[in-house]
Amino acid sequence: MELLCPAGSMPALKAAIDNGADAVYVGLKDDTNARHFAGLNLGDSGLKDAVSYAHRHQRKIHVAINTFAHPDGWERWKNAVDLAVECGVDVLIIADLSLLAYVHDQYPHMEVHLSVQASATNPAAIDYYRQFGVSRVVLPRVLSMAQVRSLARMCDMPLEVFAFGSLCIMAEGRCYLSSYMTGESPNTAGACSPAAYVRWEEKDDGVLESRLNDVVIDRFAEDENAGYPTLCKGRFHVGDDLYHVLEEPTSLNTLELLPELHKEGIASLKIEGRQRSPAYVSSITKVWRQAIDAVMENPNDFLVKDEWNRVLGSLSEGSQTTLGAYHRKWK
Amino acid sequence: MKFSLGAIQYYWPKEVVQSFYQDVAESTVDIVYLGETVCSKRTELSLKDYMDIAHQLREAGKQVCLSTMTLLEAPALVRDMARYVDNGEFMIEANEIGAIQLAHEKSLPFVVGSPINCYNQHTLNLFLKQGMQRWVMPVELSREWLENLLEHDSIQTVRDQFGVEVFAFGHMPLAWSARCFTARAEDRHKDDCQLCCINYPKGREVKSQDGVQIFLLNGIQTQSGHRYNLVNDLPSMQGLVDVVRLSPEPEGTLKWLQAFQDNLDGGQPQPLADTDTNGYWRSLAGMVKAL
Repeated sequence: MELLCPAGSMPALKAAIDNGADAVYVGLKDDTNARHFAGLNLGDSGLKDAVSYAHRHQRKIHVAINTFAHPDGWERWKNAVDLAVECGVDVLIIADLSLLAYVHDQYPHMEVHLSVQASATNPAAIDYYRQFGVSRVVLPRVLSMAQVRSLARMCDMPLEVFAFGSLCIMAEGRCYLSSYMTGESPNTAGACSPAAYVRWEEKDDGVLESRLNDVVIDRFAEDENAGYPTLCKGRFHVGDDLYHVLEEPTSLNTLELLPELHKEGIASLKIEGRQRSPAYVSSITKVWRQAIDAVMENPNDFLVKDEWNRVLGSLSEGSQTTLGAYHRKWK
Repeated sequence: MKFSLGAIQYYWPKEVVQSFYQDVAESTVDIVYLGETVCSKRTELSLKDYMDIAHQLREAGKQVCLSTMTLLEAPALVRDMARYVDNGEFMIEANEIGAIQLAHEKSLPFVVGSPINCYNQHTLNLFLKQGMQRWVMPVELSREWLENLLEHDSIQTVRDQFGVEVFAFGHMPLAWSARCFTARAEDRHKDDCQLCCINYPKGREVKSQDGVQIFLLNGIQTQSGHRYNLVNDLPSMQGLVDVVRLSPEPEGTLKWLQAFQDNLDGGQPQPLADTDTNGYWRSLAGMVKAL
């Protein structure tokens, strides 16, 4: 069971590898990936250095090219693929059918994983992607553990699941909430609730208000932790109630599912967070390395250590974690 | 230019649905999409009920398509989807790539629904080779995006082999989740939803703390808070769009169909409501209404 960690920069990549990641995933410095944020990701030479560092330590490097090519921007997506292959990366993570077809045609021996942004949740969808030589599917965060289990047992396709990090509560790759509010979505711009549209305002009564493209996402009292205004984690009104209508600010944490995920032969555990700091990556990687080693060593007698949960909790959104859709009651 | 009615997105009682389609049969609409696309727990109408309606509509001269579920969680739901695909009479609208897989395996033609990620000419060509008859553009795309996509030589040479359809009226489907937000609004889990979405025939309004109606909750689906309305944009669709889609609302859908048909060339523009939007088509944020 592979530990696959995020890296938005060279220091984060080193932090992941030095602390025990089996593989690291990165993106390029443009809108070809779903974390297209200012100051994040790797340029041409950065990618070469990253590959060299990973391979020197016998680890793998995956490149996410997981947005959808624009009709007038095909060259940019094609170039991203060509560059990644030329730099000698181990895996491409792709969502767009046109890119899957291109890679299958041009680089038939390249290892390709289906990005979560392709939103494949069932055996028929997974079967569709076999024609492109996809050798692993990253599952959307919409399935319960029972559903992951039945998929793992029905399909011979290796599966990768999200283990920890910020929680997308919608089926990934099919969520247009961000473009509805700002004009930019993960699919078209590689961004959700983009920072350029965020505005903070402190009111006279001490209330801190966050807005996205001028719409109030949340208001925080002085004693509350104010989180980034991701639109699906705002507090809105339904009828007379004011609450987190879609989801609370929280992070996914599947530590307690590790024995089950191991038993079902899940190929890889993905940690979300290419936008996070090297210090964050380092702490998270350390915990998950220990946890995976423990479950591999003794799958029947695995216990989640309080210390692991304490570290993960302190690094989570809103300082709280959830099993998300893996736990049926969450739905 | 033809006009279509998308599948009903809300959960309406069976008799309401049947009565709606009786009116549709007498309307001037060309194409009708039928089926439950949001939640597998909604069973007011069975596939047989939809087939009965489909036959009535076909007799009334409509082209009928069966729309498949958008988000499949349990693998068992693939069997239900296969029954739609194997109906033997009507083309399907695939709202999930698995439906394309099932149709392609049997060499059946299909419509590519708007929740399928087709953003460029290469993907469109791929679907065309696999049996696509019509493409419903993702709701978040603009006129400019469509024009850029269609103008490529690789598309122009095959442009007469498929139709382009645009979602042009109604509350837009923007997201699908494992979680049922309508049940959550009633403090219940999805497993204990008691099918409460039947009490909200036009979804539940979500308002921001400064009073903007930003979303509608429709079970596991989140819709635009404002109604998309491209009635005054029809002239800008000429030469690009073959089918204009209206999404059924509890009231006034067929009146709007008439208003759309009357304004094909821009001769009878309609005043837009405060809660109407046209932003996506105009390359703006979806919630924006440009004048």
